[in-house]
Amino acid sequence: MANKSMATRDAYGEALLELGKRRLDIVVLDADLSGSTKTGKFGKAFPERFFNIGVAEQDMIGMASGLSLTGKLPFASTFAVFETGRAWEQIRQTVCYSNLNVKLVATHSGITVGEDGASHQAVEDIALMRVLPNMTVIVPSDGYETTQVINTIADEYFGPVYVRLGRSKVPSVMPERYRFKIGKAHVFNMGKDANIIAAGIMVSMAIAAAEILKKNGIDTGVINMSTIKPLDTKTLLKAAKSCRVLVTAEEHSVIGGLGSAVSEFLSEHYPVPVVKIGIRDEFGCSGSSEELLKFYGLTPDKIVKTIKKALK
Amino acid sequence: MAKVSQATVIELKEKAKELRKEILKMLTTAQSGHTGGSLSAADIVTALYFHKMRHNPKDPKWRERDRFILSKGHAAPLLYAALALSGYFSKSLMKTLRKLGSPLQGHPCSRTLPGVEISTGSLGQGLSIANGIAAGLKLDGLGSRVYCLLGDGEIQEGQVWEAAMTAAHYKLDNLCAFVDNNGLQIDGHCCDVMYIEPIVKKWEAFGWNVFDINGHDMAAIVNALDQAETVRDKPTMIVARTVKGKGISFFEGKVQYHGMAPTPEELKKALKELDEDGK
Repeated sequence: MANKSMATRDAYGEALLELGKRRLDIVVLDADLSGSTKTGKFGKAFPERFFNIGVAEQDMIGMASGLSLTGKLPFASTFAVFETGRAWEQIRQTVCYSNLNVKLVATHSGITVGEDGASHQAVEDIALMRVLPNMTVIVPSDGYETTQVINTIADEYFGPVYVRLGRSKVPSVMPERYRFKIGKAHVFNMGKDANIIAAGIMVSMAIAAAEILKKNGIDTGVINMSTIKPLDTKTLLKAAKSCRVLVTAEEHSVIGGLGSAVSEFLSEHYPVPVVKIGIRDEFGCSGSSEELLKFYGLTPDKIVKTIKKALK
Repeated sequence: MAKVSQATVIELKEKAKELRKEILKMLTTAQSGHTGGSLSAADIVTALYFHKMRHNPKDPKWRERDRFILSKGHAAPLLYAALALSGYFSKSLMKTLRKLGSPLQGHPCSRTLPGVEISTGSLGQGLSIANGIAAGLKLDGLGSRVYCLLGDGEIQEGQVWEAAMTAAHYKLDNLCAFVDNNGLQIDGHCCDVMYIEPIVKKWEAFGWNVFDINGHDMAAIVNALDQAETVRDKPTMIVARTVKGKGISFFEGKVQYHGMAPTPEELKKALKELDEDGK
């Protein structure tokens, strides 16, 4: 249950281990980062079903694809920037084109990677995965949701999935009664003045921002759009129609991510302005994750200011 | 080990000739596609589909089948000819190569055509996939084998060497790959474009069992395949020295026929040459 703050990658490591116990067809691949991605836990428990491919992400995706062709259910993990960037074409040509049952679960997404700097901070991975036919893209908001996502994509869905996880601890936000479903957003509440469509770590920021705004008499809703593809367009339309200002919040470039997905849909079906909070067209940099969130404006305060300005 | 019989060799050589004819007809109808590299590997693929591999055209997903991965996906006409002549689909389908709505895509597509294990076409990726299949078969305790055909230009791709390490590291002795060493790639001679020799030493250094054979010597191909099955704890690479455009005198060794289809006149001449060969 959702009662403690934890990194989504830690929840992944636990979920994978449990999944490995109850399903013998699960195989796990990593590219020399199993300590960081937490797949090492599975590897220790089931060494014969764990493949460390070394520093070779492209080969890892091919190997995962081959394993899936023999009926195994592969989870392939490394940092988001390498998984989606270095191996993009392997994901396109093999995993997506042939619609293989390969689960790509990447950790260390976004700027909250921290001190390692821009080379290790994926702020364009959602864009890279979202553009691929047959791909499903999921960004869980906390550990509790991550566990459900991992089980759902293993037990209830056949096909390529990209799951975006983080390095740093995030507060627990999802209620105990919550049940993840692919393509179904979770509505915390709908606002009359503003609605924030958020994903990943920005969900907790959006909740904090909405509380501050409420004290200022601004009725703000929060929606966790954890599945970015396929987008929950029904909920999105409702949110856009019910308020005066629609805001998206993501730890990703405003080009190609959640904000873009929302804009693409609304521009055709219900054209309203979409205010995007995210990384502008730039790379990350070194710093602590808290410092970087402030530096790039990914904070409740920034959301509050943005909404107040938009309502003027 | 008993060497392959002369009768089998003669039979396979006839089959290879049939494959070459189908390739040429298919490409002439399509008026685009890759002639040279389909012909250079025709003897290898014949030995696999019509002698070595355990497979069932009536049940393409048979769990215990041997697998073939065409990593050099541009030799699609060769794979299609082998599949059609094996009985995976009607021979008449070959006329639709590269046409809108055809399951015979320009490069092999596993979603549209039975018998194609995985879509290929972007070079350098097939060996990694073959590794994954080989590892999966081992996990299941199946004795099936995995075959993979690479081009020689293709081994310029870095991922090939990642996969080379992986196959040796995981001791995938149920894997046997070929390099179709016809010496030519689109832009010219391989060793002018990007030096690839010494191919044999490279694979040996990566921990593979390596055979260096004439890729048009049917007996040598079959014997190498038989020997590869006896090797333990190592994957096998068969470096097949071939001639691009093999079988048609005016295509042989010509770089321009890498990606060019025969004209109807060339087809007529080519079919005649194949018919007269050995007579």
